[in-house]
Amino acid sequence: MIATIGFYVFAVILLASATMVVTARNPVHSVLFLILAFFNAAALFLIAGAEFLAMILIIVYVGAVAVLFLFVVMMLDVNFAELREGIQRYAPIGLVVGLILLFELGLVLTGWHFAPSAAEIRMSPTPAALTNTAALGNVLYTRYVFLFQLAGLILLVAMIGAIVLTLRDRGAVRRQRIGRQVARQAEETLAVLNVAIGAGTDEVGFLRPLPDATPAPDHAAAETHAMPHAAEPH
Amino acid sequence: MPVGLGHYLAVSAILLVLGVFGIFLNRKNVIIILMSIELILLAVNLNLVAFSAALGDLVGQVFTMFVLTVAAAEAAIGLAIVVVYFRNRGSIEVEDVTMMKG
Amino acid sequence: MLTAIAVFFPLLGAALAGLLGRPAGDRASQVVSIVCMIVASAAGIAAAVLLGTGAADPGTIEITDWISAGTFHVTWALRYDTLSAVMVAMVSTVSMLIHVYSVGYMAHEDRPCWRFFSYISLFSFAMLMLVTSDNILQLFFGWEGVGLMSYLLIGYWYYKPSANAAAIKAFVVNRVADLFFTVGIALLFFQFDTLSFSDIFAAVPTHVANQYELFGTSLPMLEVIGVLLFIGAMGKSAQLFLHTWLPDAMEGPTPISALIHAATMVTAGVFLVARMSPLMEYAPVALSVVAVIGGSTAFFAATIACAQDDIKKVIAYSTCSQLGYMFAAAGVGAFDVSIFHLITHAFFKSLLFLGAGSVIHAMSGEQDMRRMGGLWNKIPITYAVMWVGFLALAGIPFFSGFYSKDAILDAALGTPGGVAFYAYITGVAAAFLTAFYSWRVLFMTFHGTSRADPHVAAHVHESPAVMTVPLILLAIGSAVVGYSLDGTFIGLHWQSFWGASIVSLPGSNPFAHMESIHGAVKWVPTLVGLAGVGTAFLFYILQPRIPVWLATHFRPIHVFLVKKWYFDEIYDAIFVRGTLAFARLLWKVGDVAVIDGVPNGLATLTTESSGEVVKLQTGSVAQYALAMVFGVVLLVAVFLLFR
Repeated sequence: MIATIGFYVFAVILLASATMVVTARNPVHSVLFLILAFFNAAALFLIAGAEFLAMILIIVYVGAVAVLFLFVVMMLDVNFAELREGIQRYAPIGLVVGLILLFELGLVLTGWHFAPSAAEIRMSPTPAALTNTAALGNVLYTRYVFLFQLAGLILLVAMIGAIVLTLRDRGAVRRQRIGRQVARQAEETLAVLNVAIGAGTDEVGFLRPLPDATPAPDHAAAETHAMPHAAEPH
Repeated sequence: MPVGLGHYLAVSAILLVLGVFGIFLNRKNVIIILMSIELILLAVNLNLVAFSAALGDLVGQVFTMFVLTVAAAEAAIGLAIVVVYFRNRGSIEVEDVTMMKG
Repeated sequence: MLTAIAVFFPLLGAALAGLLGRPAGDRASQVVSIVCMIVASAAGIAAAVLLGTGAADPGTIEITDWISAGTFHVTWALRYDTLSAVMVAMVSTVSMLIHVYSVGYMAHEDRPCWRFFSYISLFSFAMLMLVTSDNILQLFFGWEGVGLMSYLLIGYWYYKPSANAAAIKAFVVNRVADLFFTVGIALLFFQFDTLSFSDIFAAVPTHVANQYELFGTSLPMLEVIGVLLFIGAMGKSAQLFLHTWLPDAMEGPTPISALIHAATMVTAGVFLVARMSPLMEYAPVALSVVAVIGGSTAFFAATIACAQDDIKKVIAYSTCSQLGYMFAAAGVGAFDVSIFHLITHAFFKSLLFLGAGSVIHAMSGEQDMRRMGGLWNKIPITYAVMWVGFLALAGIPFFSGFYSKDAILDAALGTPGGVAFYAYITGVAAAFLTAFYSWRVLFMTFHGTSRADPHVAAHVHESPAVMTVPLILLAIGSAVVGYSLDGTFIGLHWQSFWGASIVSLPGSNPFAHMESIHGAVKWVPTLVGLAGVGTAFLFYILQPRIPVWLATHFRPIHVFLVKKWYFDEIYDAIFVRGTLAFARLLWKVGDVAVIDGVPNGLATLTTESSGEVVKLQTGSVAQYALAMVFGVVLLVAVFLLFR
């Protein structure tokens, strides 16, 4: 009973917030509605009995992906006063196509039945005694471990890709180079001078920087050179 | 009446269509397209989980996890591309994104 | 052996002059080619004398195998019999004299002339190969070889478009004739399974009754072969219908007009008919065709010669006419007489051409007789030898032409049958005209007041010795050859002289035919000739107004003769225009529109259609996403419909 009511409530809010994602005027609002949609979807998962996935949905999708969306939307200086309104010129045809798609989905789903032998060909039957998490763990790390590793690899590649695409080196910022600092010798940085009483710095004859120190412009050149190489596609 | 497979599938179908609408109905910016893709993937996930529950087969949920992973990766890359594009072109209006014109 | 020397030394001369001519220079190539020709000439004459006196026997000199393909077997071999030996001696000697003459004639050229000497030596080799061939395919090799050299030599001054056109015309007309010749060779092979003369001639009597099926009609095989071979000879010897190339061939230097278009190449056709006499004797219809064409050509060419103004063209038409005489003789079965006339004609016709060359040389290149005149005391040697030549040509008693020409007419009259009589009538008419136009040339060129340009007239000079010596030698030949060889060639014992090379069936013995003519009838040709001389004297010395009056009052006939019986115009209308139009059609429609059009059209189609397809790439990401959605919907629909 509760499940049914809950289902309908969550389903309606899900669909409503999905609609708002697409039609909201402010892109930040869109993202927030997306988060709402995810939450409701997680609830639906719970009703279906996939609690691990529901939690994962919230942690990963809401906590990481949606927040990422939010960051990007806020970072890009989109002046929403200039946002154009009005119906897209493809709206009519798009509407028609969408309805056709819905109709086709309906056709598929209603004209389809489970095969009589479906029960026998289950690949990983849900064990009765375990929790969902434990059951998933049993299956994931044994039968699907290679796919699991592969998924991790995909994430690694995505991470590298995102960094590579957006890394921007600012030449004007002075950074610390540890290696150079550690390799510094006393002879090249310190000099003890005998200064006569009353002599000024001009007469003494030393100026900063010291004569045999490597001049600064070279560093910037070396660093800006490193950037383009890293940005090349692999 | 108790919630059956059909209800879940109906919800998932409508969500899919909404995501598809979002791809070509928006005129605001390209990020909406990415979010619509997320919606589509969510619909797919819902579908898989529903079947997993109906059939009592864990494979659906395992597959959902992988879809989740890939969706996250794709969202990250997509947003990185949008950021770089914005940096170079200064605009993410959907109608201005025509650099691939042949 | 001597024959081999005679045949191959010209080739050696040609090779040396041709390949080393540019570095070695003109003089060296002239010397080399002349020396080789002298050796060849000496060997040729020696071989002929040895055979003629019976000191040597006829035979065959095998050189090597040529084609060996199943039953088709052809060798390179030199045939040594009377006919070949006589021809070799004549060709090599005349060629040698012309080589010497050319040294003087080509001396005024501003370009190097080693190429000329190489060409005429190579031509001599091809002609010698033709006359010494032991099988008809080798003869055809020589045939084509002389045709090729004729083309190269007519077009020797290749920078002149008229020379190029004339060379192509000669080659094409010969090619038309060679088509029939080739079919004849093929039929010979199909009938006799061999192409060697000895084998063919031995087998001819057994094949007389063979029939040739063609388009439902049945023709005697030997007649068909005879006619086909004769058509080939018609082309090479410029007989009626295939004669159009000979006057235009005068574009070439005069020495080659003398060599090729008087003495040697054009006589190849006569030689062919004589060589095939064992076969032709069994093909009476073919021989009738030969006689009719020969007689008609003799008359027709003589009429045209009366109206021409270019000295070389007159002599060219004269050659055409005399060749008609030779074919007429062959057609009535008197092959030995035709060869006799061939030999004498070689002497006086090449003399006449070289003499004309001497006149042209003296007149600084002028060839139109209307601008000559009054030259007899300025170039006396040339004048004298031209008299000798024309006396021989007209058949005046004691000069060589008298013996051979009268023999032809006697043989024609003596042979029974309407065809032979036709040959006789046309021959007599042509004799009158021959004498007429010959003295017309003499009077117009050498007598009367000079009508030349004063500048040209001031430069008239006799030719150098290198030119006059061959002229004198040829004049001596023209004078005595007839008298001295008459008994041997066509006398009572002609059959033993010619041996197996010329065959005459019993019942058509030419000597018997000639002997059957008695009394005053024998002198008709001579009287007719003298009448022609008298008429020319009247027209051009006594009353020069007569030709003018005739030309104006009989203008259509005059134009008809000047325009060479309109043959060139007719051929142009029938053959040339149609072929050119067809070729243009094939070019414009076939090649440009269809053959070029297909790949070009495909390329245009590809580029234009890709230009249209490229419009799909708008670059808009949203539209691409839309397209993807459309695709998904479509695929699902397809799946639903066809699952």
